[in-house]
Amino acid sequence: MRRAPRPGSAARRLPVAIGLAAGLAALALMTALTLARAQQPIQPLVADLSKHLVAITTAFSGTDVLLFGATDGPGDVVLVVRGPSTRKVVRKKAPVAGIIWANRDSVTFENVPAFYQVFASRPPDEILPASVLSRHQIGTEHLAFTLVDRSVTDSFVPGFRAALVRLKQKLGLYGDRVFPVTLLANRLFRAELHFPANVPTGSYSVEVYLIRDGDVVSAEITPLIISKIGVGAEIFDFAQQRPALYGLAAIVVAIVTGWLAAVALQRK
Amino acid sequence: MQIYLPIAEMSVNVFVILGMGWGIGFLSGAFGVGGGFLMTPMLMFLGVPPAVAVGTGANQIVASSVTGVIAHTRRGNVDFKMGGVLLVGGLVGSTAGVWLFAVLHRLGQIDLAISLSYVVFLGVVGGLMFVESLQAMVRVHRRGSQRRNGAGRHNWIHGLPFKMRFRKSKLYISALLPAAVGFFVGVLTAIMGVGGGFVMVPAMIYLLGMPTQIVVGTSLFQIIFVTANTTFLQATLNQTVDVVLALLLLLGAVVGAQAGAQAGARLKSEQLRVLLALLVLGMGVKLAYDLVATPEDVFTLVLEAA
Repeated sequence: MRRAPRPGSAARRLPVAIGLAAGLAALALMTALTLARAQQPIQPLVADLSKHLVAITTAFSGTDVLLFGATDGPGDVVLVVRGPSTRKVVRKKAPVAGIIWANRDSVTFENVPAFYQVFASRPPDEILPASVLSRHQIGTEHLAFTLVDRSVTDSFVPGFRAALVRLKQKLGLYGDRVFPVTLLANRLFRAELHFPANVPTGSYSVEVYLIRDGDVVSAEITPLIISKIGVGAEIFDFAQQRPALYGLAAIVVAIVTGWLAAVALQRK
Repeated sequence: MQIYLPIAEMSVNVFVILGMGWGIGFLSGAFGVGGGFLMTPMLMFLGVPPAVAVGTGANQIVASSVTGVIAHTRRGNVDFKMGGVLLVGGLVGSTAGVWLFAVLHRLGQIDLAISLSYVVFLGVVGGLMFVESLQAMVRVHRRGSQRRNGAGRHNWIHGLPFKMRFRKSKLYISALLPAAVGFFVGVLTAIMGVGGGFVMVPAMIYLLGMPTQIVVGTSLFQIIFVTANTTFLQATLNQTVDVVLALLLLLGAVVGAQAGAQAGARLKSEQLRVLLALLVLGMGVKLAYDLVATPEDVFTLVLEAA
């Protein structure tokens, strides 16, 4: 329907009439579209993932997910990958009776994302003020953990918080740096998200921010589900939902295997 | 080749686990112990959560003990009556142990409890075994005679009530004694994820005075039930039994046990005991060092169900 009205010709009147009619129709449609657009403004930012479900099968050893998208013009792109919220206890060892190291103090945090990574086209602290970083929890130092329980005075809590982030980084569950977002011609962007073999299951969110002049001008959140699939998922559900039956099954499997092994050994 | 363990929630290399199973099978074939005391720390070293390492270890030992008992029964080396009495104590003990495990887990001291029990028992058992087997070697060297076990000794132990006759073990002792040994080993089984063979075998030889050839089969017989009970309780209370991991370990262990039995047959029993003692002591020293040395990281992270 993008046909434009053709210039008139004395030799062919009928086509001109058809052309005019078509042109009017096209005009009416364009008007309708423009009106519709006015109600729903042009999105400055669109993004999507190459897959929205990461299946943890028996052979799972980590996976990559591609995030891609487009902006309506120049600007920086920052993305935050966030795993499900958990409750974590950080324990600190101290020498007991002067020799043996045992857990003594502990601090419990809530709203701890099980997984957390930041991707950016430029270092976020160069393009955004601290207030914005903190509002959107961009960067591990801006994560808003909730303190729920502690055995130490407040002045020690930051040490436990830092340890939590550091231990998560050591497990590969928190990014130890900002990973790159590749910008193409100031319009298209892409980032390779990597999820390691020990990635926690649950619903994740991938937050995409478009940054201009030190502020977030547009944001989009894309969900991502990481879930066990197949035999592994069934074993896990069995163990969680019918623990007694699972225990019995584990024993039966062990006895049968042991007996089979004995028979096999005797043959030899 | 990686495989994802559904309960441990981590991915491991299949060949590493099979190799570990093989090594443990080799030890049990050569020395007549379950090898759980090595497996649990090794699994933890791989990054398997301690609770899963313990629960899964117990499940794997059920299978290897079944294999062992069948082999020993064929040779008539199992005292089922003695095993039954040990078992009564063992079941009570492992139930108490799983409960204790849950309490320590909540207090955040389970890692310390596991490590401390290991250090104490590996040290004591390894030390005793080392000294005893060295003496035996010296004695064999001098006189060429076998060491006599403790049967027939008389002390306060023989004054206890509920005397019972154990024909196969050639013993007439109070049933309380094997029941207490069983209870004690049962607690250890639950906390340490071991069959307790390395504690049970010396206790049966030196404390109860059972003939050595009956000891291994009888200890394995009761270990089947104690570890089965532990598996069941860990599965129901803590959901920490990973059957995929247990099966992989087992596959390796079956093959390893054969190689171990062949290697064991080439060595004298004193030499075997010295080697086992060194192994046990070595593990104990390593764990003791870890407890005393300044940790690499004083902080640890624990997930708590919301």
